[in-house]
Amino acid sequence: MSVGTTDQVTSTLRVRPLRDARFTTLLAPTVLGVLTIGAWQLAIDAFHIDPFIVPSPGSIWSEFLDSRSSVWHGMVGTGRNALYGLLIGAVLGILGALLANAVRAVDLMALPIVAALSVVPIVALAPALYTMFGAAANTARVIVAALTVIIPVYLNTLRGLRQVKPVHRELMHVYAARPAFVARTVTLPTATPYVFTGLRIASSLAVISALIAEYFGGPVDGLGKAITTAAASSNYPLAWAFVLGSILLGLAFYVVTLVVELWVARHRGGT
Amino acid sequence: MSALRYAGRALLGALGILAVAGLWEGYKAVGPGDGVVVHGVVVLPRTTDLAMPHVWDMFGKFSEPVNLFAGHQTVGSAVLSGCWFTLRLAATGWVIGVVVGFVLAILMARFRLAESAMLPWIVLSQTVPLIAIAPLVRRWGSQIHIGGWVWSSENSVAVIAAYLAFFPVAVGALRGLRSPDATHLDLLHAYGVGWWRGLVKLRLPASVPYLLPALRLAAASAVIGTVVAEVSIGLRGGIGRMIIEYAQSAGGDPAKPWAPIFGAIGVGLVAAGAVGLIGLLLRPYRRGEAA
Amino acid sequence: MTTELAVQARGLGRVFGARKGRDVVALDDIDLDIAPGEFVSLIGPSGCGKSTLLRIVADLDAPTSGSLSVFGKSAQQARLDQDYGIAFQQAGLLPWRSVAANVGLPLEVHGAGKRERDARVAELLDMVGLTDFARSYPDQLSGGMQQRVAIARALAESPRLLLMDEPFGALDEITRERMQAELVRICGESGAAVLFVTHSIPEAVFLSDRVVVMTPRPGRIVDIVDSRPVGGHRRDDDFRDAAEFFHTVARVRELLHAGPASHAVPAARGVENR
Repeated sequence: MSVGTTDQVTSTLRVRPLRDARFTTLLAPTVLGVLTIGAWQLAIDAFHIDPFIVPSPGSIWSEFLDSRSSVWHGMVGTGRNALYGLLIGAVLGILGALLANAVRAVDLMALPIVAALSVVPIVALAPALYTMFGAAANTARVIVAALTVIIPVYLNTLRGLRQVKPVHRELMHVYAARPAFVARTVTLPTATPYVFTGLRIASSLAVISALIAEYFGGPVDGLGKAITTAAASSNYPLAWAFVLGSILLGLAFYVVTLVVELWVARHRGGT
Repeated sequence: MSALRYAGRALLGALGILAVAGLWEGYKAVGPGDGVVVHGVVVLPRTTDLAMPHVWDMFGKFSEPVNLFAGHQTVGSAVLSGCWFTLRLAATGWVIGVVVGFVLAILMARFRLAESAMLPWIVLSQTVPLIAIAPLVRRWGSQIHIGGWVWSSENSVAVIAAYLAFFPVAVGALRGLRSPDATHLDLLHAYGVGWWRGLVKLRLPASVPYLLPALRLAAASAVIGTVVAEVSIGLRGGIGRMIIEYAQSAGGDPAKPWAPIFGAIGVGLVAAGAVGLIGLLLRPYRRGEAA
Repeated sequence: MTTELAVQARGLGRVFGARKGRDVVALDDIDLDIAPGEFVSLIGPSGCGKSTLLRIVADLDAPTSGSLSVFGKSAQQARLDQDYGIAFQQAGLLPWRSVAANVGLPLEVHGAGKRERDARVAELLDMVGLTDFARSYPDQLSGGMQQRVAIARALAESPRLLLMDEPFGALDEITRERMQAELVRICGESGAAVLFVTHSIPEAVFLSDRVVVMTPRPGRIVDIVDSRPVGGHRRDDDFRDAAEFFHTVARVRELLHAGPASHAVPAARGVENR
């Protein structure tokens, strides 16, 4: 099997000694981050910028430490909705893609719906969902997150299911293998990397959409509500502390998904 | 694809939408008034007319007047003008986002160090929630005085839309600019073509298949950003604000909030369609594209 | 030992209906017999239908005219009964499975137990000389080694017929010659009939008992050249230097260049008909 051209491209572009590679991949963004924060702090001190405009990194950090239990509660509230949304959306997205792959009519009927959902602001449905499910429940937020998750998972899974190489398909035909066997040994392993691409994209989207849905109503828990409450009472460092919490939450979701993917792929030994 | 197959596809698509409407009405007919409750959590929605208006009521709303005081303006025309307002802002944001994203992508493609340093932060930027940024942008903007021009709320909304739109463009354009085969790069090198000329002659055309889905995603993101920012800043005239306003009167008129929701959906579709047209213009550069 | 033919094709034809109404006649009136244990190559320029013919025998495609029987059954029945093994130009190994798991794939499909499978896989890997790589993954192997795994896999169920579609096409010349020698040995040991598609004249002559020369548009058989080594020669490296090898290669080349109408008249020397 000849090596694909893309492999050749990346290998020729990446000819650098290991020492250099280490510096650029980890150190460079860290250095940039540190420099930016430093410049930020300096600018605030030098120009006496009001915390009303933008608080200093120092004050955000101290506020974060002071209020870390409320930030934690907010993270748990939003995180729980995002997690349920992620799980439900992932399951529905994968099942939907399996169905669409098996039954062409379903695929064609679902096409406009999925295409529409992928370009519309799903959070716009939030007010209507609160009415449908009750404003005291988190269900609407979970549904918004789930809808946001279904799209990338469905699209990527469907793509993965279609990536089966013709030579593998023909091999299975030659073996007169039963469809269930083919699905288990060829289709699913081929699709797995694509499913995880979809999940990775969906994981941070779940957090963001769950958070923004809080803005449109519903119960008081969650980071979104906390941010707006803090901003409304002019406690900007606190608001930014909650924002830091939301960044950490999004990052955590992404990293966990990545770790799960690496763990599942550990047996694959190369693709 | 022949005309017949196209018609068949469109028919199946319409059938899909009808199926969703059918599901809505079907559940409404058989479902319990208080919704399906499992362990105190409402799992399936309430089916009262208040919670789930009939599909035909929702569409019928478009021709009714907005309220008793607004003269004769129908809901339909109000939603339409809101859509137009939002679309214009989203388009502005999209253009800014595309330009910024593209510039960043070129920088990162040219300098590996720039890519390593900036890309993680660019990815992280999207985890910052909009509702935190929106009031911030407005405050910053109000500090800007250039001549007689004053920063308006609309500028804030456009900036936020741009914030969401630049990310897919930066990532997609970077992938596209990096996509040419080693053989093509070697060819240009042998012709003595420098990096910047090579950008125009090779990398930009090669990036088109990656750019188009990114532009479409950026359009969708710009619309989302505009709608959420409108709510966050409280900007009148746009569809976002209208959704909140109409939702407040949902108690008396349950079908009304759905009108601007459909409007927002429409804005997203139009934005994506417009980008699709750009794709048509750039067809010669997409010849190598896999289906 | 049964005397039924491994493959019998009569008047086989395959026409592809193109969109603009212009049909492509991939195969036209093909008559071919392959005896059990016989090694037959199909050779010809691109578009002559050799791969199409092989795919029809494998039941990966259906003829539009004529008849075909594989061991006295229809191609579909032969496939369902797993009477043949197949090797494609791309090795087609599943990248997420080890070499041993790949070789055992057909056994797994047909429900062989683990003990049985492991024993047979060990046997097969020994036959192709890859015992040390049983637990490696395809991306860790060279092209030639991957093809050997594919061949081991094709032999898993001890088929009476081997179908091979340019299996050495992606390999370099040196590896190719080595693989050809391996294949001769393996086929000698297994006694299977082989239908082998190739672009390379020396390869066809070296490996086969008979070489079927084909021509494109429409895909037809020009002639069949007997390439069994006579005069006591065996198929080894010395055979490549033998005079009769060169004669047979020259004969095949003549037929390839001359095309359908000329096999009764040898082409003039020094005249290149391209």
